[in-house]
Amino acid sequence: MVEPLAIETRKLGRVYKIRGTEKKSGSRRAVKQEEPRLRVALQDVDIQVGQGELFGLLGPNGAGKTTLIKILTTLLAPTTGSAFVAGYDVTRQTDQVRACINMVSGGESSGYGLLTVRENLWMFSQFYGMPSHYANQRIDELLQVVTLADRANTKSSDLSTGLRQKMNIVRGFLTDPQVLFMDEPTLGLDVGASRDVRRFIRRWVDEHTDRTVLLTTHYMVEADELCDRVAIINQGRVLACDTPGNLKRSLQEEAIFRLEVSPLNGAGAASFQSLPGVNKVVHHSRDGRSELELILEDEAALAGVVNQLTSQDVRILNLEKREPTLEDVFVELVGRSMEEVEGGSEDGG
Amino acid sequence: MDPKMAADQAVVTPHAHPPRRDTGWRLFVRTVVGRAYPRVIAQQRERSWMFFEIFLPLVAVSAYVLVYRAIGAPEDYVGFVVVGGAMTAFWMNVLWTMSSQLYWEKESGNLALYIMSPANLMAVLLGMAAGGWLATSLRALVIILVGSLLFQVRYTVDSFGLLLAVFGLSMVALYGLGMMTASLFLLLSREAWHLANLAQEPVFFISGFYFPIRSFNFWIALSASLIPLTLGLDAMRQLVFASGPSLGFLSVPVEAAILAGLCVVFLTGARLMLAHMEKLAIREGRLTEARR
Repeated sequence: MVEPLAIETRKLGRVYKIRGTEKKSGSRRAVKQEEPRLRVALQDVDIQVGQGELFGLLGPNGAGKTTLIKILTTLLAPTTGSAFVAGYDVTRQTDQVRACINMVSGGESSGYGLLTVRENLWMFSQFYGMPSHYANQRIDELLQVVTLADRANTKSSDLSTGLRQKMNIVRGFLTDPQVLFMDEPTLGLDVGASRDVRRFIRRWVDEHTDRTVLLTTHYMVEADELCDRVAIINQGRVLACDTPGNLKRSLQEEAIFRLEVSPLNGAGAASFQSLPGVNKVVHHSRDGRSELELILEDEAALAGVVNQLTSQDVRILNLEKREPTLEDVFVELVGRSMEEVEGGSEDGG
Repeated sequence: MDPKMAADQAVVTPHAHPPRRDTGWRLFVRTVVGRAYPRVIAQQRERSWMFFEIFLPLVAVSAYVLVYRAIGAPEDYVGFVVVGGAMTAFWMNVLWTMSSQLYWEKESGNLALYIMSPANLMAVLLGMAAGGWLATSLRALVIILVGSLLFQVRYTVDSFGLLLAVFGLSMVALYGLGMMTASLFLLLSREAWHLANLAQEPVFFISGFYFPIRSFNFWIALSASLIPLTLGLDAMRQLVFASGPSLGFLSVPVEAAILAGLCVVFLTGARLMLAHMEKLAIREGRLTEARR
């Protein structure tokens, strides 16, 4: 991490009050009263992002990523702790913070459908005090970069999801902010468009040392490919924070195998967890087959797994040893895959 | 995107010496103009307003004119109806594109972008009001012109200056009311649509769009005066029709003074409500949540 800091949070926490249906009996008259439930979205989050860094927040839906971005962009007050952006306190110095940030969210439908791409972008530039001639010049240049120049005079309501997201991305970069927040910027984009957007973000950060991007994603590849450092976040807590390389190296001493086997029930899969040398097991069922992701202490532990499979009359269809990925780091830290965590999550974070 | 093309472009970085960005009152003005723009431009792109906001009010005006002529009402009543019909365009505009607007901005995700930008939220609301007023003035003018020609309305204007002053005060107070209720409607969230529906027709009636407000009991007329169009319309009718003063509710100077008071109350209210809304949005986090 590089000094000076662009973003810093200290013991940051956020609790939401949810008006639920939980009811309790009141006084002797047994009046039923609605009791708000509390949901902890962030807990004791300590993050330091240096100027010029492309920092990733990786976690499943509902992990607290969006909540953290909302606090840092002055849209939400923290319940506990403090946060600073470009050296300014996000709760006490909101005007200063707002002058040096911008935000792009995946799947957003901001702007007005009746306006053209160029008009929408110009309108937003005015809210940042950009002189019109300069704003128009920058709009032309950036539309060229994201190859949207030929749609500059198209009404934004006529754009596809991908093209609309490109317009949103230009909106975020247009003001050339010191700190840019990108909340799932490639959400809904096809593979090619996502790759181009990632390349563009990387170039933008690399061209100036004082530019910082905080990007949230639940795509492992995106975090791995793009970010200088990554914080893995789950249930409102930061579980690990390091470069993707270092995070993966933490698993280097372990052996990671992917096995494709004939159908296996959940209990059968759980039985592997207790075998000696088996650190983590993730079980998926796909197309009438079972997939086992195994994190083992060493390769020798694989023998025990194979024996167990044989004793259960399970056939091994494919076996592959592979290098650790951020997904494996997540499994190691959380105990479940991101997909499994998201399957159990109720709402976004 | 063609990656090769994008990679070859070296324009991600802005120019070496970008011009200074405006702050303070200049930023305020830029924000007003920026937010007014969609309102003005929408008029040219969405032509359905010609039917909904000119033809339909003219039909309503025609119905009243025919009734008044059938019962032999004084000819100035026809003029009252035409002027009232034109003013309905402003009420519709305030109700549907001012009061309800912050709610729609929240739903589209714009509200979050407005709040986190350096722009002042009052400037955003003022931009909505200014743009809406400009676009609606054209519609109101068309109704006045077509209605006056169609029904041969005769105007007797003694003081254009006073007429413009009363019109200006009415508009500031009316759009001030819209700016204030924008935050209120947002806080009431999903009820905004129903509230706007609920407020539309009763206000046409109670504000005397098609008859002199004096026809009501004094206290009812006074209560209706909380809606700026009631007194604005009454004062303008007194200033443009020969029989206007005899059918007026209060004298023009008194009505103008009340309108000035309403301007102060509603604009101050708008500012306070907006600050409250922003505080609440940041505290609870729900008001800036857009649908995905």
